[in-house]
Amino acid sequence: MIQSLLAVALTGVSAFAVAVYPRSVLVFLLFQGSILFAYRARIPDWLRWSLLAAALLVLMPAIGYYNGYYLEVATQVGIFVALALGLNIVVGLAGLLDLGYVAFFAVGAYSWAIVGSPHANVIFGGESFPLAGGWFYLFLLVGLGVAALTGVLLGLPVLRLHGDYLAVVTLGFGEVIRVLANNLDKPINFTNGPKGITPISRPPTPLGLPYGEYFYFLALLIVIVVVLVNRRLENSHIGRAWEAIREDELAARAMGVPLVRMKLMAFACGASFAGIMGVLFSAKQIFINPESFTFLESIGVLAMVILGGMGSIPGAILGATVVTVLNLQVLKGFSLWLNELKNAGVTVLGYSLADLPTQFEPAKYERMVFGIILVLMMIYRPQGIFPARRRQREMTQ
Amino acid sequence: MDVALLIGIFPQVLLDGIILGFMYALIALGYTMVYGVLEFINFAHSEIFIVGAFVGVEVMLGLKSAGLLDGLPWPVVLVLVLVAGMAGSGLLAVTVERVAYRPLRNAPRLIPLISAIGISFFLQDMIRLVESLWRNAFNLVYPTLDALNLRFELTETLDVSVKSLVVIGGALGMLWVLHMIVNRTKVGTAIRAVAEDQAAASLMGIDVNRIISLTFLIGGAMGGAAGVLFGVQYGLINPYSGFIPGLKAFTAAVLGGIGNIPGAMVGGLVLGLLEAFAASYLSLLTGGAFGAEYKDILAFSMLILILIFRPKGLLGEVVRERA
Repeated sequence: MIQSLLAVALTGVSAFAVAVYPRSVLVFLLFQGSILFAYRARIPDWLRWSLLAAALLVLMPAIGYYNGYYLEVATQVGIFVALALGLNIVVGLAGLLDLGYVAFFAVGAYSWAIVGSPHANVIFGGESFPLAGGWFYLFLLVGLGVAALTGVLLGLPVLRLHGDYLAVVTLGFGEVIRVLANNLDKPINFTNGPKGITPISRPPTPLGLPYGEYFYFLALLIVIVVVLVNRRLENSHIGRAWEAIREDELAARAMGVPLVRMKLMAFACGASFAGIMGVLFSAKQIFINPESFTFLESIGVLAMVILGGMGSIPGAILGATVVTVLNLQVLKGFSLWLNELKNAGVTVLGYSLADLPTQFEPAKYERMVFGIILVLMMIYRPQGIFPARRRQREMTQ
Repeated sequence: MDVALLIGIFPQVLLDGIILGFMYALIALGYTMVYGVLEFINFAHSEIFIVGAFVGVEVMLGLKSAGLLDGLPWPVVLVLVLVAGMAGSGLLAVTVERVAYRPLRNAPRLIPLISAIGISFFLQDMIRLVESLWRNAFNLVYPTLDALNLRFELTETLDVSVKSLVVIGGALGMLWVLHMIVNRTKVGTAIRAVAEDQAAASLMGIDVNRIISLTFLIGGAMGGAAGVLFGVQYGLINPYSGFIPGLKAFTAAVLGGIGNIPGAMVGGLVLGLLEAFAASYLSLLTGGAFGAEYKDILAFSMLILILIFRPKGLLGEVVRERA
C-alpha cells in the first residue's frame, strides 16, 4: 500500500518537476528512476502497468513537447534497448560473444538509406529514387530480413569457433563491414564512402505528429514487439536450446539439440532486431555515415547487456537505459556544468577551474564509462543487476 | 598498367613490409606468451603497447625541455627511451593482470575476456585523460632526431633511413633477448613449464602466480618496445592508435600459431609483408577501384580463414579448446 502511494507520488512529482525545471538533468533522471521504481515496486499489477503506460505514453511525450532533447534521449534509449535485447539473445542466451554486433545495425540503416535517398539513382540509374516515404514501413521489414540474412552469413563460417576466437572473428567482421561502408564508393558507388548518405526520406506522420514524437512512439512500439518476441522465445524450446548450448555445447548436442540450426537462429534473431532499428535510425537521422557504426558502439551495446545481466530481458532494458543516459546526459551535463563553473571563475581548493586544460572534455569519455562498467561487473557481479530468473535460481541452489 | 613502376617500387614496399612485420611480431609476442600460459586473449595488450609509445614520447619531450635531446648522443637517447617505454608497459601489464585478470582466473572463459575488453577501453581514455590534463593535447608527435632521419640511397628507387635500420635492429635485438630468456634461463624454463601444465609446475616448486606476473611483464615490455619503435617510425601517436595494430598483431599471433613464440615472429612478418604489398599494389593493379584501406579487410579475412581452416596456425601446435 505504501509502495503504491509512493510509486504514484514519485511518478507524478517527478513529471511535475520536469515541467518546472525543463533543463535540469537531475530532475529528468528522477523521472526515469520513478519509472524503474514503478516497475520494481511491490504494487498491484494493474497499478504498475497503468503507471508505466501513463509515464511512457503520456508524460514522456508531454515532457518532450516542452524539451525536444529529452524526447531525443528517450528515442535513443528505445533504439539501444532493442539493440541490447538483440545482443542479449546472442550473448546472454546462446553464449556466443559477438563483438561486431553494430554491423547488423549498419546493414539495416544502409538498406533504407540507399533507396530512401536520391543516392540510389547513382547505383541503378534513372530518376525513380528516392522512394516515397510510405515505403519506409515495408523497409522496416526488409531491413530486418537483410540483417537476419547477414547474421546467417556471418554465422555459417564461424560455427566451429568458440569463446574468445569467436569474439575476435566477429570483431573482425564488424570492422570489415565498417571498412566496406567507408570504401564502397568505388568502383560502384554503393555507400558514398565516408561522406555518408543524405537526405534520407521520412514517412508522412499520422495525425500530424511532429517527427520527434513520431519516432519516439515508433521506437517504443518496436521495443514492445521486441520484448514480447524475446519473452516468447526465452520460454520456448528454442530459448531452452540456446541456454543448453551456452551451458554445455557437447551435452546439448548429445541431448539432440540441432547445434547448427540453433546457432544460426540466434545470430539471425539477434541481427534482425538491430536491422529494424537501423532502418528507423536512418530515417530519424536523415543522414548516416560509417562513423555511426564503429567498434565503440558494439562495445557500448555489450556493456548494456553485461550491466543489466546476461540473458535477462529487464536487465537489458535497464542496462540500455542507464548507459545511454550516462553517455547522452550525465557526461554531457557534467561537461556543461564544468564549463559554467569555469566561465564563472570558480576555484576549488585554491585551484582555479579556469586553468583546466581546454582539451579536457568530460563528454568525450564514453570509453572509460564502458570500460569501468565491464571490468567492475565482471569482478563483482558477473550476473548483472537484474540476473536472469533461470540463472538466479541456479545461483541460489 | 605501368609494369616498370610496379617493379620499381618493389624494394621499397618490401622494406616497409619488413618494418611493419617486425612491429607486429614484437606486439604479437605479448599476445602469444599470455595465451601460452593462461589460454586467454589479453585484449588490453594493444593499449599496453601504445602506453609504451606514450611513455617514450614523454621521456623524449622531457629530455628536449631539459635541453638534453641534442646534447646526448642519439643512441643513448634511444636506449633511454626504449628502457623507459619497456618499463612502463611491463609494469602496466603486471598491474592489469593483478587487478582485472587474477580475480577471474577460475571464472568461465568469457568473463576474463570481457574484463580485458573493459580494461582496453578504460586505458584508451585514461591515456587521453592524463595527456589532456598534463599537456592539453593527446595527439603527440615524436620529436625528431636528426641522425635518425639520415637516408642512404641504395639504388634509384630504394633509400633506407637510419630510423628504419634502428627499428629493424631494435626488433631483432628484442627477439633475440626474448629467445635467450625463454630457452636458456631458469625463469624461461619455469614459464614453459607453467604453460605446459600449471598444476604439475606448482608441484615442482614453481610459484605459478609469480611466473604469470613475469610473463605479463616480459610480454608487456616487448609491447612497450614495439610502442617506442612505432612512435619513432611513424611519428604521430594518439591514445586510440594502438587498437588496430593490436588487432593485426593478434592476427599475426594466430597466423603463426598462438602460444608459439617463433610462430609469432613468422606470423608478424608474413602479415606485415602482405599488408605492405596490398597497400601499395591493390590500387595500382585494379586501376584505383580498390584502395589501400582494403588491406584491413585482407588482414581480417585472413584471420577468419586461418581460424576456420588451420586453427593451429602456420607453425603452431594444436590449440586446446576449453569450453
